[in-house]
Amino acid sequence: MEEKYAVLKNLQNKFGEKIKNIFWKNERRIYLEVELTDLPAVAQFLFFNQGLRFATASGIDTRQAIEILYHFSDDKTGKIITVRIYLRDKNKPEVASLAPYFKAAEWIEREIHEMLGVNFIGHPNLSHLLLRSDWPEGNCPLRQDKNHE
Amino acid sequence: MSENPRKETVIPVGPYHPLQEEPEFFRLHVDGEKVTKLDIEIGYNHRGIEKISESRHFDQVTFLVERICGICSTSHPFAYVNAMEDLAQIEIPERAKYIRTVIGEMERIHSHLLWLGLAGHFIGYNTVWMWSWKYREPVLDILEKITGNRQHYAMFKIGGVRRDIKKEDIPEIQQRMDELVPGLDLFARAVEDDPVIQARTRGVGILTKDDVINYCALGPTARASGLDIDVRRDDPYAAYPLIDWKVIVLEDGDVYAKILVRVWEMYESVKIIKQCLKVLEKISGPIEIEVKNIPPGEGIGRHEAPRGEVFHYVRSDGTNRPVRHKIRAPSYMNVFTNEKSVPGGTISDALITLGAVDPCYCCTERVQVVRNNNLEHFLENDLLKLSVEKTNNLRKHLTKNG
Repeated sequence: MEEKYAVLKNLQNKFGEKIKNIFWKNERRIYLEVELTDLPAVAQFLFFNQGLRFATASGIDTRQAIEILYHFSDDKTGKIITVRIYLRDKNKPEVASLAPYFKAAEWIEREIHEMLGVNFIGHPNLSHLLLRSDWPEGNCPLRQDKNHE
Repeated sequence: MSENPRKETVIPVGPYHPLQEEPEFFRLHVDGEKVTKLDIEIGYNHRGIEKISESRHFDQVTFLVERICGICSTSHPFAYVNAMEDLAQIEIPERAKYIRTVIGEMERIHSHLLWLGLAGHFIGYNTVWMWSWKYREPVLDILEKITGNRQHYAMFKIGGVRRDIKKEDIPEIQQRMDELVPGLDLFARAVEDDPVIQARTRGVGILTKDDVINYCALGPTARASGLDIDVRRDDPYAAYPLIDWKVIVLEDGDVYAKILVRVWEMYESVKIIKQCLKVLEKISGPIEIEVKNIPPGEGIGRHEAPRGEVFHYVRSDGTNRPVRHKIRAPSYMNVFTNEKSVPGGTISDALITLGAVDPCYCCTERVQVVRNNNLEHFLENDLLKLSVEKTNNLRKHLTKNG
């Protein structure tokens, strides 16, 4: 099934070694990893060139890093390609924003910003989305390493 | 302010309204009657469910996510069990697949009828409101009969469903479904033939296909703008690939198209339910399999809720609780499209346009208009009155002209 999936093949042809750790959880769920610097190009390729829909992004705080998973849905085949990045500097997590390219990323990046303290460089408006506007700075509810009140 | 007579007027809409499913706050920037810009503020209803989920075991989470929404209360458990079954690679019994599909579609019918009623109410058709809620009642009765509850059915569990649909109940459900069809015909005819409904909704709040793609809108909002997506068909689960039905897609992208998509989808739902019941009459067998352990790993589950795709991502580390549970409801993507569909229209059309994506019924607790330094306070009913007046004027105008 791996060879037959055109979107992934195109992605590998275009980016080669930059697409790492491809993992087929099952026929319709594909996970892969890219470096921070490659994310905008990969995301734009999937969204504009291959016509995938941006479903959402999940931010996860783990021991080693903050992980962000960008889920792209291919509605023609029912597959989901999940692009994984690791923000290893947990004191200053930063990554380029995808909101300038497609609007759908705008709200979820605001949410990950307030929940996990990730700075999305180039985001048009990183104000609070779900938390109230006077929420204390630096108190990120989904971070595991802080004591919350 | 008096030096600049064309200074922008801002009308706040929301955040609280007793009719509203969820509080949201819209700031309408208007120039005269025209809306020029819309700011959306959400977060009034943030309950931290993703965080709570990390402290519940996998079976409890099913009940937790059921509480996310009161209208489509089965959508989130549906997507969640799909995610867990993806994570643990579980294949559920055939009978459970059909029961899940019946519950999912019943919910679509009652949710669409609820929306249709509110849409009618907001353009001044209170009869539509009452009739559609009347037809919604039997659907809720059936759900109560099957599950014990009108809402929050608690039917889903990882590995199957919790209650069976009894064979002796099936004829009654079939009959109630048949009785629903004339009601749907009534609405379809009303929407297709009534010149006033057409005048109020045609060409109003248009969302182009490009906007839908850019904002990644979902469900009827996307399908009314010509984007042919439906998770039930695209990423099949439960019994959807086993039966015959079709996805409704229209091109216009206005409020009218959104109404029609929903009305026609209800016919499809009735079709799906009747086919499922036929199969349920014939097959027997278990309705669940026992799931003892959830292995470490990741799972993604989706379900086409009445409003669009619900997306759940779950990560497990081998313990009995999720490490991370990401939930994305369809309204998260759809509400944002109001930024495109409301500006350009008039204030009196704003209500129905905001309402057309279905989460947010113009949560107008109090409307405040700043005009030439004088603060005018409008109550929620005044904005409704504006909308109803427009319908009445149109009606008079149309009768006068034959």
